[in-house]
Amino acid sequence: MLFNDPDGRRLIFLPVIMQTLLFPFAATLEVRNNTLAVFNEDHGRASYELVQRFSQAAAFTNIIYLTSDREVTEAIDAQKALAVVRFPSDFSRHVEQGQPAPLQLLLDGRRSNSSQIAASYIQEIAGGYFAERGGLRSNEPTSQVMVRHRYNPNLEYTWFILPSLVAIILTIGSLITTSLSVARERERGTFDQLLVSPLTPEMIMLGKAIPSLLVGLGQATAIILGAVLIYHVPVEGSLILLYASAIMYFAALVGFGLLISAICSTQQQAFLGAFSFMMPATLLSGFTAPVENMPEWLQTLTWFNPIRHFIVIVKSIFLKDVPADFVFHHGLPLLIISVCTLTAATVIFRRRLG
Amino acid sequence: MRDPSSGMIAFLLPIVLLLIFGYGINLDTTRIRLGVLNEDGGAASQEFVQQLKGSPYLVVTESGHRAALDRLLQDGEIRGYTALEADFSRKTDDPSGTAPLQVITDGTEPNTANFVSAYVTSIWQQWQAAEARDQGRAASQPLDVQTRYWFNPAAESRHYLIPGSITVIMTVIGALLTSLVVAREWERGTMEALLSSPVNRAELLLSKLLPYYLLGMLSMAVITFCAVFLMGVPFRGSVLLLGVVTTFFLLSVLGIGLLISSTTRDQFNSAQMALNVAFLPAVMLSGFLFEIASMPAPIRAFTYLLPPRYFVSSLQTLFLSGNVGSILWPDILFLMGTSALFLSLAARATTRRLDG
Repeated sequence: MLFNDPDGRRLIFLPVIMQTLLFPFAATLEVRNNTLAVFNEDHGRASYELVQRFSQAAAFTNIIYLTSDREVTEAIDAQKALAVVRFPSDFSRHVEQGQPAPLQLLLDGRRSNSSQIAASYIQEIAGGYFAERGGLRSNEPTSQVMVRHRYNPNLEYTWFILPSLVAIILTIGSLITTSLSVARERERGTFDQLLVSPLTPEMIMLGKAIPSLLVGLGQATAIILGAVLIYHVPVEGSLILLYASAIMYFAALVGFGLLISAICSTQQQAFLGAFSFMMPATLLSGFTAPVENMPEWLQTLTWFNPIRHFIVIVKSIFLKDVPADFVFHHGLPLLIISVCTLTAATVIFRRRLG
Repeated sequence: MRDPSSGMIAFLLPIVLLLIFGYGINLDTTRIRLGVLNEDGGAASQEFVQQLKGSPYLVVTESGHRAALDRLLQDGEIRGYTALEADFSRKTDDPSGTAPLQVITDGTEPNTANFVSAYVTSIWQQWQAAEARDQGRAASQPLDVQTRYWFNPAAESRHYLIPGSITVIMTVIGALLTSLVVAREWERGTMEALLSSPVNRAELLLSKLLPYYLLGMLSMAVITFCAVFLMGVPFRGSVLLLGVVTTFFLLSVLGIGLLISSTTRDQFNSAQMALNVAFLPAVMLSGFLFEIASMPAPIRAFTYLLPPRYFVSSLQTLFLSGNVGSILWPDILFLMGTSALFLSLAARATTRRLDG
């Protein structure tokens, strides 16, 4: 039935293509193209040179100059700028005399993650400037920390997003299709025909699961190809491991889908059920925010979330070239989840039959 | 509305989702698992390791072997490690020594990787300054940055992510549920029956919109109440303006929901389409999590069509900073535009279906 319906067929691949083309560009926590406001009461050389350096950062493509406290308030309130740097009138004098130079940094707390990143850029630039000046003046150590970002040297967000997107997009397809398909057949009465046929509940469920699995693997392949060909995300690990774990992941999703459809009798209930599961599962998977930032009790709860485990696996296979035992270790929960949900779904189907 | 699940949709679902989002989506990495490789063992290196261990933001795992830390990093057990090489103590004592400190992070989590390098760098700078003072030298960095986060002094990401989550929840309630309920009416033929009865198009749309609008406003009141009194998010704007913004946002997403259901006339396809057209863009392209300014220009342009974009911006401002006219009025105007656009498209789709 998934393939007979032209609308349904379009809905399998169009969203995948759209999302693969649109979301990786959008999903970034980097700070780019932002506006920095400067309130310079100093007019000395040091502040002038610092502003020059700020304006060269990719984070700030636009610099606006403010001349009063009122303008500072307005720039932040109206989000004309993400950050305001304020040089007090004695800034350059302090710098020349080697005293600690006070630099004020006002940030928009409505976007505190971005403004924290912007603040660290500004401090880095200012720190670099002073380290250079210090180096020119005397023999003080100019030690800097050498940072290496392993597995993703330039911290490309697309490298982080695309593997996660494989997990997310597949969830929508397979979970919704399995959970709604049984309910839809039940509403249309075609499910009763299946029940009077000599098929066992296991066979009926398998008949529901396999098309979803095939569709899902097709979608996964499309996204992986897109990731490699369009976004040049490296695939360091083994594709066999990737597909093996994808099958386990689908089994877990299909398990949840069938469980939901076994419990619900109308499409509306099934959709509500699927959605109430999927929305938290997607957002609490480590995709939007790291799992380790959650409170302990919520971290424990996410163990039941197949997306969380699969995202770790996909990301690690893509970027880290992890060995098979790593994949097995993180795949085990998926296996347990699929066995539990599939068994529960079969039991409920049986009871409904009997 | 006769459906008993409406109550659940209006009250239970939003509260549960709000709690999950409020606690679950947190970008502030306050406990970083950091490895330390100390190949030096000298006094200076041990002092610095103590400094790292003393930081409330770090959970330190010490090891003498790089291979062991590499393995922990690969397994995701630590988010980065600091390496003090064998000549660390000697070089820090030597005034001309350079860069004896290495930080290796797990780049597969870019946001956390930034936090790792920022924390270690700042502890390193503090330690250097303290060392310099102890040795009677002037600190090499005569810079005193005073940082202030307006509206959110502790820079807690929760405070702006919760207003964003409200947008996602309201999109779900507005667009997804309407599309599904009305699609069922198309499937059952009750829409055709209504359309052939002597009501005009406006009356018909109104009869579909009004119940869901009221339901949406009710949920909005419930979530706002929970956000403020349960989760401690400040609310500094006017309730009246919140009502105005919510009204136009709801009209827009209800319009999208009606448009979807009248285009597909099928619950199954409506559900899929609503997820892709309403839910995912509300998460990805609304500015709730990912900064719109950082997106490429064509995508930035596209976001102007999305009602959630304006709702996120208005809610963040109303909750955290107050009645800022220069943000709220453009948002309200754009939301009026999107409601007019989507409602008229929905009206056209409804009647076209009837003719066809």
